[in-house]
Amino acid sequence: MALDSSSKRVFKVVGTRPPRPDGVDKVTGRALYGADVSAPGMLVGRILRSPHAHARIRAIDTTAAEALPGVKAVVTARDFARLEGDKIIDMGEDRTSLRDVRDNCLARDKALYDGHAVAAVAALTPEIARAALKLIAVDYEILPHVIDVDAAMRPDAPVVLAGRAHENVPGGMSPNVTNHSEFGHGDLEAGFAQADRIVERSFTTAATHQGYIEPHACLASVTGDGRADLWCCTQGQYNVRDICADLMGMQASQLRVTASEIGGGFGGKTVVFIEPVALLLARKSGRPVKIVMSREEVFRATGPTVSASIDVRIGMARDGRITAGEAVLRYSGGAFPCETVDMGAQAAFACYDLRAVRTLGWNVLTNRPKEAAYRAPGAPQAIYAVESVVDELCQGFGLDPLEVRLKNAARKGTKSSYGPTFEAIGLEATLEAAKAHPHYSAPLGPGQGRGLSAGFWFNFGGNTSVSLSVNTDGTVGITEGNPDIGGSRASISLMAAEELGIPYERVRTAIADTSSLGHNDVTDGSRVTFAVGLATIKAARDAKQKMCARAARIWGIDEEAVLWEDGAAKPSGPNAGDFPPMTLAEIAAVSFKTGGPIAGHNEAHADGAGVSFGVHICDVEVDRETGATKVLRYTVIQDAGKAVHPDYVEGQMQGGAVQGIGWALNEEYIYGEDGRLQNAGFLDYRVPVASDLPNIDTVILEIPNPGHPYGVRGVGETPIVPPLAALSNAVSRAIGQRMTRLPMSPPRVLEAINAGR
Amino acid sequence: MKTIQVATTINGDSAEFVCGHDETLLDALRNRLGLTGAKEGCGTGDCGACSVRLDDRLVCSCLVLAAEAEGARIDTIEGLAQGETLHPLQQSFIDLAALQCGICTPGILVAAKALLDRNPEPTDTEIRYWLAGNLCRCTGYDKIVRAVQDAAAKMRSA
Repeated sequence: MALDSSSKRVFKVVGTRPPRPDGVDKVTGRALYGADVSAPGMLVGRILRSPHAHARIRAIDTTAAEALPGVKAVVTARDFARLEGDKIIDMGEDRTSLRDVRDNCLARDKALYDGHAVAAVAALTPEIARAALKLIAVDYEILPHVIDVDAAMRPDAPVVLAGRAHENVPGGMSPNVTNHSEFGHGDLEAGFAQADRIVERSFTTAATHQGYIEPHACLASVTGDGRADLWCCTQGQYNVRDICADLMGMQASQLRVTASEIGGGFGGKTVVFIEPVALLLARKSGRPVKIVMSREEVFRATGPTVSASIDVRIGMARDGRITAGEAVLRYSGGAFPCETVDMGAQAAFACYDLRAVRTLGWNVLTNRPKEAAYRAPGAPQAIYAVESVVDELCQGFGLDPLEVRLKNAARKGTKSSYGPTFEAIGLEATLEAAKAHPHYSAPLGPGQGRGLSAGFWFNFGGNTSVSLSVNTDGTVGITEGNPDIGGSRASISLMAAEELGIPYERVRTAIADTSSLGHNDVTDGSRVTFAVGLATIKAARDAKQKMCARAARIWGIDEEAVLWEDGAAKPSGPNAGDFPPMTLAEIAAVSFKTGGPIAGHNEAHADGAGVSFGVHICDVEVDRETGATKVLRYTVIQDAGKAVHPDYVEGQMQGGAVQGIGWALNEEYIYGEDGRLQNAGFLDYRVPVASDLPNIDTVILEIPNPGHPYGVRGVGETPIVPPLAALSNAVSRAIGQRMTRLPMSPPRVLEAINAGR
Repeated sequence: MKTIQVATTINGDSAEFVCGHDETLLDALRNRLGLTGAKEGCGTGDCGACSVRLDDRLVCSCLVLAAEAEGARIDTIEGLAQGETLHPLQQSFIDLAALQCGICTPGILVAAKALLDRNPEPTDTEIRYWLAGNLCRCTGYDKIVRAVQDAAAKMRSA
C-alpha cells in the first residue's frame, strides 16, 4: 500500500470548508451541555467556600445542616478515600499531584484562597441547599495571606504551604518558592560584551481567567454496588475518570464518564473541581446529584493563569543582531505547586536564533486559586516581556522591527533557546508574509501606534485511541475520545474522508465515553487535530488494508497485489489480474460474507507535533484624555502546517487574538487588602465585547509538519501569545512611553502619559 | 413555599407552569419546561447567553421573573427554525463557521433576530453594538458579524 509524502500531496477533501456535523444541534439549542441534563430523583449540590484568603480550619460542624429537612447529604474533605501515597497526574500542559487536586476540591487543614471549597451539601431544592450551607459552622483561624508574587518570595512572607519545594530550589529561599528551572546555552557575558546597546526592563502581568461562557457543571450517579456514572463538561473525560476513581477509592472500570458538549475551556476544563464532590454527595445520599457552578464560583475557585513578574535583559548590535538574551521569570500558580513557569522559561526566546541565551524560572505559592492551563500556558507572559524589549531596542536604533526579527529568526537547524534543534518551521515565512501584508505598510494617523510581535507554542501529541467502523451501506463511523471544543469533529471527519477516498458527508465522528474506547489524553496542547487526526489516518489505513485483503480474497489473488486508490481497491498492476476496482461501499456491502465486519483502529502515543509560530500586527489609537485604547486594525499570520478546515483554523487565530487583546487591555484578577477577589463577575472582569473590536484579519501559511502525514500542526494556542506584546508595543509607540505592566487599563495608560509630560 | 401558576405562550404554543415567587424565567424555561437552549453563563445579565424575547423585547431571561411571563409571549431559540427549515441566521452561522463551542450561539441568534426584525440592513458597527451584550469567548466575533450580514442580505433578497 503506497503511503503519501506530506509536502507534495494534492488534497481532495482536506482544506475544504464543509458545514460542521454538530452545527444544527448548536444553532437550534438542541446540543446538550454540562448543565442541560437531569436524572430522576436528582438532588441539587451546592458548595460552601472560604470567605478568607488564608485560614486554618479548626473544625467543621455539619450537624445543623444535616438536620435540615430536605438535606440528603453533607460532605467535607474527610469523606474522600484515604490515599495510599501520592501520584503525579500528567495532563500534557499541566502536571499536578493527586493530593493537591483532592485538597483543591475540598480544603483539608487550611483554606488557601478566597473561594476555596470547604464543604458541600445535596438537597431537594436549591433553596434548601442554600439554607443548609448557612448552617454549616466552620471554625476558622485566620492567617496572614500573600497575593503578590514578588512579596511571596520574600523570606518573611506568610507561608502558603511548607515543605513543598522541589529539590532543585536552593536552600534559604521562602518556602513559597516551589519550582526552579533554567534553560539556555552560550556565553552570556561575551554576548553582552558584543552589544552596542543593552536594555533591561521589568514587567508584570496580571492573572487572567479563561472566561469560558459555560460554568463547570456535572451530574453524578453512584449505585450501591460500586458503579458510577458521571456526566460533565470537561476537556478530558479519561482524566476525570482516573482522578475521581482514585479519590473515591473506586475501580476506573466502574466509573463511566461522559463528556457533554463543552461550552469553552481554553485549558481551564482540563482539571476537576466539582466532579469528585458530586460523586461523594451521590454516594452518601444514594441519589443522583447535579452541581452547577455560578459565575462567581468560576472566577473565585477555578483556574486563572499565573500572575507574573519578569526581568528581561537583551543586548543588540547596531545592525540589529541580538548578541545575548536573558530572562528571569517569577510566576505564581496560586496556592499549589505549579510547573507552568518551565514552559515560560522555554518559550521566552524560542522565536530567536541566539548564540547566548539564558532563562531562569521560579514558581511561587500565593493565596490565589490554583492555576489552570490557559492556551499556551506560560508563554504569553514570557514572550510579551521579550518582545517588548526587542521593540524598544529597535526603536532605539531606528530599525524596522520586522527586519530585526527576520535577521534573528529561528529557522530549520537553529538550536532553540530551550534545547532541541528545530526541524522545518515557519517563522521566517510568517515574518515575510507580515512584511508583504498591506497592513504593515498602511499609513498611521496622529495618536496612533503600530505594534508587532512574534509568538510561539510547542504543541503536543500524546496518548490517543481511535476506532473506525465501515458500515455495510458504505458509510463510516469514527469513535474518538476528545471533546470537540471548536470544530474537531469536522476536521477528523475530513481527514478520514481524505484517507479513505469517500465524501465527507458519509463520515460521522462521535466522541466516546470512557467505557467505549481506550484512553485519550485531554483536549489540550493543540493536540486534537494533530494527534487524533494522526490516529484517524492510521485507523483508516488499517481499514484500507483490511478492505484490500477482502478484495484480494474475492478476486482470488495475493493481498500484496491489491492497492487502495480513489476510494477503491484495485489490482496493483497488469500482472495482478484484470478486475474492476471495488469501492469501499461495494466491499462493505458484502463484508458479512467475506469474513465479517470491517473496522480499523489505532492506539498510540503520538509524537512529532510540530511547533507553531505566528506574527501579529496591531494598530491602536489611545485617547490621551481617558487613557482608553481602541484597536483599529488587527492582522494574524500563522503557520498551520496544513489547515484541515480553514474556517476553524481562522476561528482559532481570531479567538486567540481577541483573548490576548483582552489580557493586554482589560482583564485582571483584582484583590483587596483582605486577600479577597473583588471582581468575580463579567461586569467587573471585562472580557472583550463585539463593539470593542475590529475585524481580525487572518493569513494562514502552510509549512508542512514533517511529523504528520498531511503536515498538520496544532493551531489553537499560538494565537494568544503575540497579542500581549503587539498591543503593548502599539500603545507604547502611540504614547511615546514604554509600557511594562498588563493590563494596560485606562488608568495605567493615563499614568504613563502623565509621567511623560 | 408559595408557588405561582403561570399561563403563557412559548414559541407560539400555550404553556402553563408553576414557579416559585423568586424563580427566574431562565430557570422556569430550563427546569420546568425542558427548554435548555437558553444558557446560564452568569446569572447577572452580563453575558447574554440566556437571551429570549418577551413580547418581542430582547431580554436576559436570568433577569426576568418567571411570573412575568403570565399572559406574555415568549420566543426562545427552540422556536427559531420552522420545523426542519433553519432560519437564515442559523444557516449562515453554520455556513460561515460563526460558532466554535456553541454555548453563546442560542443567545446570539435570538439577539441577532431581534436586530434584523427592526433593522434589516445594519452596518457592521450596528451589529457590533447590538451584540455587545452577548459574550463570545471563542470566535473573536469576526465570523459572527459576517454571518449576521450574510443572513441579513439573504433575508432582504428573499
